[in-house]
Amino acid sequence: MSTRQVRLTINGREYSREVEIRKLLTDFLRDDLGLTGTHVGCEHGVCGACTILWNGEAVRSCLVFAVQANGANLKTVEGLAPSATELHPLQKKFWELHGLQCGFCTPGILLTAEALLKENPDPSEEEIRESISGNLCRCTGYQNIVTAIREAAKAMAAK
Amino acid sequence: MAYIGSRVKRKEDLRLLRGTGKYVADIHRVGMVHAAILRSTYAHARIVKIDTTAATKLPGVIGILTAADIPGMKTIPMRTGHIDGLERSQQTPLATTAVRYVGDPVAVVVAESRYLAEDALELIEVEYEALGVVTDAHESMRAGAPQLHETVPNNTPANFQVNVGDVDAAFRNSDLILEEEFSTQRHAAVPLETRGLVAEFDEGRGQLTVWGPTKMTHTNWSILSDHLGLPQSSIHLIEPDVGGGFGARGEFYPEDFLIPFASIHFSRPICWIEDRSENLKAMNQSRQQKYQIKIGVKKDGTIMALDAEMLFDMGGYTRTHGGTPAISASSILRGPYRIKNYRLNVFCVLTNKTPVGTYRSPGRYEANFVRERLLDTVAHRLELDPADLRRRNMIRHDEMPYDLGKHPFNSWVLDTGDYPAQFENALARINYEKLKSDSAAAKKEGRALGVGIGCFVESSGIGPWEYARVEVDNTGQVILYSGCNSLGQGIATALSQIVADELQVSIDDVRVIHGDTAKVPYGNGSNASRSVVMAGSAAVGASRKVKEKLLQLASAALEIEPGDLFLRDGRVVARGVPERTQGFADLARLALPGTALKQGVTPGISEEDFFASDKRPFPYGVHIAVVEVDRATGIVKILDYLVTEDVGRKINPMIVEGQVMGGLAQGIGGALLEEFVYDNDGQPQATSFMDYLIPTAMEMPKTIQLISTEDFPTPLNPLGVKGAGEGGISAAGAALANAVSNALGVEVTKLPLKPDYLLELIGRIKVESHQENA
Repeated sequence: MSTRQVRLTINGREYSREVEIRKLLTDFLRDDLGLTGTHVGCEHGVCGACTILWNGEAVRSCLVFAVQANGANLKTVEGLAPSATELHPLQKKFWELHGLQCGFCTPGILLTAEALLKENPDPSEEEIRESISGNLCRCTGYQNIVTAIREAAKAMAAK
Repeated sequence: MAYIGSRVKRKEDLRLLRGTGKYVADIHRVGMVHAAILRSTYAHARIVKIDTTAATKLPGVIGILTAADIPGMKTIPMRTGHIDGLERSQQTPLATTAVRYVGDPVAVVVAESRYLAEDALELIEVEYEALGVVTDAHESMRAGAPQLHETVPNNTPANFQVNVGDVDAAFRNSDLILEEEFSTQRHAAVPLETRGLVAEFDEGRGQLTVWGPTKMTHTNWSILSDHLGLPQSSIHLIEPDVGGGFGARGEFYPEDFLIPFASIHFSRPICWIEDRSENLKAMNQSRQQKYQIKIGVKKDGTIMALDAEMLFDMGGYTRTHGGTPAISASSILRGPYRIKNYRLNVFCVLTNKTPVGTYRSPGRYEANFVRERLLDTVAHRLELDPADLRRRNMIRHDEMPYDLGKHPFNSWVLDTGDYPAQFENALARINYEKLKSDSAAAKKEGRALGVGIGCFVESSGIGPWEYARVEVDNTGQVILYSGCNSLGQGIATALSQIVADELQVSIDDVRVIHGDTAKVPYGNGSNASRSVVMAGSAAVGASRKVKEKLLQLASAALEIEPGDLFLRDGRVVARGVPERTQGFADLARLALPGTALKQGVTPGISEEDFFASDKRPFPYGVHIAVVEVDRATGIVKILDYLVTEDVGRKINPMIVEGQVMGGLAQGIGGALLEEFVYDNDGQPQATSFMDYLIPTAMEMPKTIQLISTEDFPTPLNPLGVKGAGEGGISAAGAALANAVSNALGVEVTKLPLKPDYLLELIGRIKVESHQENA
């Protein structure tokens, strides 16, 4: 199996690895780099559990090969919180408002929400729902997720 | 401040939010290799030959197992829902002579990576001899239908009846008899995390460790021990973080034997993670039931009798749940109504499809749909308001507790509640009268606006017992070892609240350990909304014993009578003399063996308790849906929704609401979107999320009222709680079907309420039946 060298930045840290060209970015992150916060829910680009930020944009990592990420600047859920002791406002609100149950969809939704709020710091409920319409959650029924994103937006605007 | 009843933030969340949770696919063992399962591509076939030569030669392949490599392979037993006869169609972990559904496991490949294992799957040559396929339960029972299992004639391994009162006499006394056929479609739990296991065998010590088991850990521990011929003390099951269960995850599946077996056979730690297309073929499906039902009523709407025949579509094999969805449906078909004459004849039928198990509110979501739709149909016929029909027949408060009568598999007594009062409140809260007039006005304008009601009684807190051990460690922290499991529902937080209140400590000083057989010796797991009821009550019992020990130790240390001592903030304090006090850590030190034995005291602060009960508490409630249906496209929009449920007592209201909301989302999926469709050759058509549609944030109702009450705690456990896991889904199919029927002026008789079905009902299109249909 052919391999290539991949150099990329993830959560502010540089990585350089040799990787099989057919290896999915999700598997590279999870298995090669031990960043297991990004989850695999379907492997066909529908559920959004694998969502990461690629140069700031929400991308489904299961639909991309690791080699395609050469030179990219990625953020995964492990890079969301500002430090080991603080939480991102989104994480804080999800915690306060019961925006997660099993937590499997959560990393993908957090990053999707972060991308949304960067682009639209004051989204309506409808806009929030639409932005996470590509993230499946089987546990929560979405209500608390939408509220948590709304509240996080308010908290971030207030800063 | 009491923790019970307050919206405590979950202890589980921080690691999940940071992405540092450990789900089974996140576990890496040194030297770990990967398994992939070769699954049948035929719905029904004889296995003529399996040739693994080419596959075995592929570089990176460690080995391949077929049934021939596992002599003495046992069938996977039923752990519940055992109806006589069902044992004849159980499944072996690998198919031996025949395959009975697309997805039936035929071989296991173990290779250096999952990628290589999947490469190897493609090189395995299986010669199948195709056999006749049957995908419809009716067809399957007919003489001459292809037979799935040698010893099961007519593909009907079991049949049972419920018979209460005198149905025939009651029909003779009825003014109106209505007969109808209803069906609910195949759909299932489909949690966002697929199944997976990591198994590692320490040959030197003869110790097997398996990460991944959940839901019924101790039951599965026993089954695995029996199947491997390894004592339980040599097997260690560890529950990781789990991505949802809803009934389907955590049962003993073929892979639960195969992966541990392979790890022993190949002497390598093995990881197996199911991919989604496998999951949609291999994880338990559910919900497919067909009813032919007859109801007899008086002119004024009083229900005299209910008589039905039900076909329970089991798929290709009997699995661990046996006939549970059928038994449960048969037990709750009458709902919260006074129906003294009831007869049901249930056939459990095999078909060439994925085998079934339970899914949240198993059998009850189906039965609620059937009964509530039937009631509306009767109401329309008698020109009664559907709410009035329900009022007339609803069990009254003064009739509680209400014995549901003779049943072959259980004896259910509805414990507490005031169904009519809750019903009136629900109608008032959604402004039912106004909705009726809005609906009439809208229809005049050509808009299909409708309101629908679904009432339910849910089962919860199944026994027979649960285990807890509470311990105070040497730092004064409290640890609860519980026999329940976490599928993501927040049980560790709820149990912490209970223990923290009993022992008057900060919730931050309570840890809950579950799902680990080396730390928890007994358990009955987490299913059927039992955890807070059973594990919670056992935790109460163990905590109270620990409290006694703490008081005893403090009493000896302080030389004060235990009656003059009380617990506060992690300390034992003397009444009226606050400076006379011992912290839990101090007492733990006094309980160390060196000191304790000298005092003639049993060392340690650790107490076990079992809470046993064979009587279930029954939460109950109402779903009311308001929909608008686009008459041109058949698409249903849910404008407003109300769910009310009395759960006796809420340990954590936030968690309870989350359960109801999550259940509602699934209920909407089941009513409008989700279906496992099979073609006439038994080929599954919904094998990805492109075809199996799960509700997104856009499908939820525009406004939702969620009312969970604590009006009638149950006397059946010390907490007074009823399990809140299933009320949110329970009558969603019923309410939505009634709302759609009301909106369009039709009588829906099946789920799902897909656009082409609704258009067919209003006569806009004619659908040629060319596929197997629910």
